Parts: sequence; structure tokens; C-alpha cells
Amino acid sequence: MQGPLIDTLVRQGVSRRTFLKYCATLASMMALPPSAGLAMAEAMAASRRPSVIWLPFQECTGCTESITRSHSPTIEGMIFDMISLDYQETLMAAAGFQAEEALHNAMKDNYGKYLLIIDGSIPLGVDGAYSCIAGRSNLELLKEAAKGAAAIVAMGSCASFGGIPKANPNPTGAVSVSDIIKDKPIVNIPGCPPIPVVMTGVLAHYLTFGSLPELDDKGRPKAFFGETIHDRCYRRPFYDQGKFAKTFDDEGARNGWCLFELGCKGPVTHNACATAKWNGGTSWPVESGHGCLGCSEPDFWDAGGFYKALSMPADPLKIAAAAAVVGVGAGVAVSFANRAKKGAAKKAHETTTLEDLEK
Amino acid sequence: MNELQFLTWVRGPGLDIAVGIFLLGVLWRLFEIYSLGRKKDLSAPRHAAGASGLHTVFRRSLPPPGLLKRSPVSYIGGYIFHIGLAVVVFGFAPHILLVKNLTGLSWPGLPSQFIDLAAVVTMAAMVVMLVDRINKPVKRFLSTFEDWFTWAVTFLPVLTGWMAVQHLLLPYTTMLAVHILSVEILLIVLPFTKLFHAFTLFGSRWYNGRANAHKGVPV
Repeated sequence: MQGPLIDTLVRQGVSRRTFLKYCATLASMMALPPSAGLAMAEAMAASRRPSVIWLPFQECTGCTESITRSHSPTIEGMIFDMISLDYQETLMAAAGFQAEEALHNAMKDNYGKYLLIIDGSIPLGVDGAYSCIAGRSNLELLKEAAKGAAAIVAMGSCASFGGIPKANPNPTGAVSVSDIIKDKPIVNIPGCPPIPVVMTGVLAHYLTFGSLPELDDKGRPKAFFGETIHDRCYRRPFYDQGKFAKTFDDEGARNGWCLFELGCKGPVTHNACATAKWNGGTSWPVESGHGCLGCSEPDFWDAGGFYKALSMPADPLKIAAAAAVVGVGAGVAVSFANRAKKGAAKKAHETTTLEDLEK
Repeated sequence: MNELQFLTWVRGPGLDIAVGIFLLGVLWRLFEIYSLGRKKDLSAPRHAAGASGLHTVFRRSLPPPGLLKRSPVSYIGGYIFHIGLAVVVFGFAPHILLVKNLTGLSWPGLPSQFIDLAAVVTMAAMVVMLVDRINKPVKRFLSTFEDWFTWAVTFLPVLTGWMAVQHLLLPYTTMLAVHILSVEILLIVLPFTKLFHAFTLFGSRWYNGRANAHKGVPV
């Protein structure tokens, strides 16, 4: 698959018109001006396979699955095919020394220009021994690959924030990419897994403008992570009316009422699921009847349980019963002290007699 | 600590500590107050129509003749913000869910737009009462630090809750955490300040009513 992207797309049956429409959609999703759609289409169509190195660290391959198998064939998938993915363990045919050689060649040939995609967290425990590739720790590999990268994309919640490996008690000492690399532009695309169109959106932006899109305070593209699931949710009117599903199979659930009481984390989760949806716009978790887990937020795994509503206690109250007992004890003790004081005052009271007054 | 961790802390250990101190303080003070006892009134009881503990419990909820005209802000504002607080605290679905989780009790919630209106009205009434307290020389003279402090710890949960829902100033997650934290401060402060009237109100009215009824005075 050599040559400009548009040729390959045409070969695969994607018309120029479809491609333009796709680029216009991407541009509007990213809140870019209308002209950006055309600019994107031109830049991407002519694009000559920018070198991309994808390093998988402490991960489950779910992010790769999300991109490559969202549904077939997607323009996302094809654009993804168009980039020169010089190293991606899951997708590449090469293995062992061959694969290592491909990695080193790509890094050498495109030094300072390649895009580095990381998925998975980086374990720091036991000198990084929890996750190694070709006998080298993830930390070492990341530092080496980051040196020559033009920019880094932290793909998925693990690379962005540490994700599930970092969940309490974090046995491997997992950290995110941005915890280690401080001197390169990093864009976080969290999600477990992230939405494919967000990935292509960032890639398209990078190819068109040569820069990363505008990011929020957590390094996420604002265009996709600017609003919460709750604020964009089609079930929101039910929340406002106070109509909630109480179980996953009650009348409320069948009527599509709000899943807040079933533990939906939509109100505190920034992601584009509610608008971009999944599997080519088919559906998304809340539409399928399950509350949002909050997977695109840091430490979502330890946020008090997936099935506990946000207004419920995150943990059972531990000291409340003991505190109540202590309170009663203190109250009773003070009561006795007060009664003793009263008794003493009564005892000390001297009765005034008639003789006293006549003195 | 990021905002989600902050939120999880206030929902977890923070809530545990606050509820613990609240229960400790409430039970301590209730036991202490009600075990004090009072000296028996040995005089022969007099009788007067409308003089009893129960009468006083209800009568004290209404302004005595003439006082509504003299200090309308205290009465009307007081009514509005107390009712408003009750609507917001007990009518908002997420609050009911918390109570249900802690006690097993639950009841239907009110539409969030109505809660929103109630919150705004409550805050307006509270601000008017604060301004009145500052403006009226007598009220200002009688006010101590505790009065300003308890006003603030009561006002903040309403303000932060409303701001969280409206997405004002801070991101929702942070504002929600700040809201829960402000409620926890209120819970901790309540047993040890004049806010304890939430528990002693009817008891003390009954006591005063009875003591005065014995003397034949309907108060």
C-alpha cells in the first residue's frame, strides 16, 4: 500500500465524495471551521505514510482491538492502514529479531519525525521487570523511543493515566506516559478502550496542521473530551424528571430511564461516547442499558464501585457505629458528672432558719 | 490527588469521618441535655386555656401579634429558607439515594428544575437575611462569630450544590466534591453549634411551654 492515501482509498472502493464527507464530519466533531474539512481531506489524501511506531506496554490489546475491529471496513480502519505502522507487535507479521530490527530502523530513519503511540502503562516496580520486550523494560524502551518522536499519543486509559494496572494496590508500580516523559508533546486518548474516531481525529489533525489538537488539563483533545457523558446523554431528560431505573430489568430500565441510581458515572466522565457512539454509530454503553463506568477518567477503577451511584458512599461507613457508641458513652459520663455536681451543690446548701434571719 | 480521587475521598473516608463525628456529637449532646433534669415545681399548678407544652410547640412556629410587622424579614425569610432547605435536601433524587443507602428509607424525588428553583429561592432568602442581620443595629449587636459561621456553613452546601448542577466556576466533578465536603463540614459543625436546634427545637419548646403552663401562662 504505497502512494498517496486517496489512491488506496479509491482502490478500496471509497469515493472522493465519501472521503470528503468523512473529513467534514471529523472537522465538525473537532469543532474546527468548515474549511478545515477540505484542508484535512487534501492533507490526508496526499499524505505519504507518516511513520508511526506503536509500543505496547502493560496492556490488554483492547485498544488495538478497538481500532482495528470496530467494524469492517471503516474509513478509520483504512486511514489507520495508510499510516506506515512500522512497529506494532499485534499487527505486524515480523517477530523476534526481525521486529526489533524494524523498530530500530524506523526510529533511525525517521528520527525526530515519527509519531509514537503508546498503549499500556509503564511498570516501575522491581526495576520495571514486570513488563519487558526483547529483554528490555518498558521504561527503557519508552525513554529511547520518545527521544526521536515528534509527538506521543498515549492510547487508552493505561498509557494516559495508568489505568487498570495502576488500580489500588498497584502491584507493579504502574505509571502513565506523561509521568515519565516531560519534554515531548503528549496527547492522551483515554478510554477503556478509546473511541476509534477520536484516534483518527487526532491523527487527521496532526497530518493536516502538523500539530496536536487543543488539549484539556488532562492532556485530552478538548473536541472529544470537552463535555461529560451526562450532559450529552439522550437519557438526560429522565434524570431531570427524576425518572430512574432501579434495577437492570425493571420497568424504568425497559422505558430507557436514567441509569444514575444504577451507578452511572456519566456526570463525572468526559468522553464522546454519547455523540460519536460506537461501532459505526450503532450504539454505546448507556444506550445498551448499562451505566457509564467512567473509563476515560483517571483512576476510574478505584472510584467507589461501578454500581454505586455518585451520591452514595464510596465505602461502607466504618467508624459510624463506634462513634455512636462513644457519643452515648460520653453523654452518659457527662450526665453523671453533672448530676454529681448538682448533688454536691445540694449538699453544700445551707438552710436558712428563722434564727439566722433574726441574728 | 486528581478531582475524581478527591470526589472518591469525600464519598468514602470523608463521609465516614463526618457521619461519625455527627453521630457522636448528636448522641452526646442529646444525652447530656435530657439527663440534666429540672427541679420539680412544688407550687400548685394553675390552669389557663392554651397553656401546655404541645400548644407552645405549634405556637412558637407563628409570629406573636405585631412582630411580623416589626421584623418581616426574620419571619418570612426564615420560613422561606427553612422550607427551601427541606425541599432541596429531601426532594432531590441523588440526596434521597444517599439517605436510602444509609438508612434504607426512601421516597419519590422532585423534578430537578423544581429543586433548582427552590435552591435559588433558598439562597436569595438567606442572603436577604444576612443583609438584614448586617443592616439592623440590634441584630448586628446581638450577632456573634457563631451566627456568621453557621450562616456560612449552611449557605455553602446549597451554593456549591447549585453551582455543581449548573456547571459554574469549577468542573462538575470538583464542584460535586466541594459540595459533598461542605455538607460534611456542616455535619461536623451541627452538633456543637446553634445548628443543633434541628434536634432540640421541639424539646425546648415543649419544656418552656410546660413550665409556663404550670404557672398558668400560655406562651
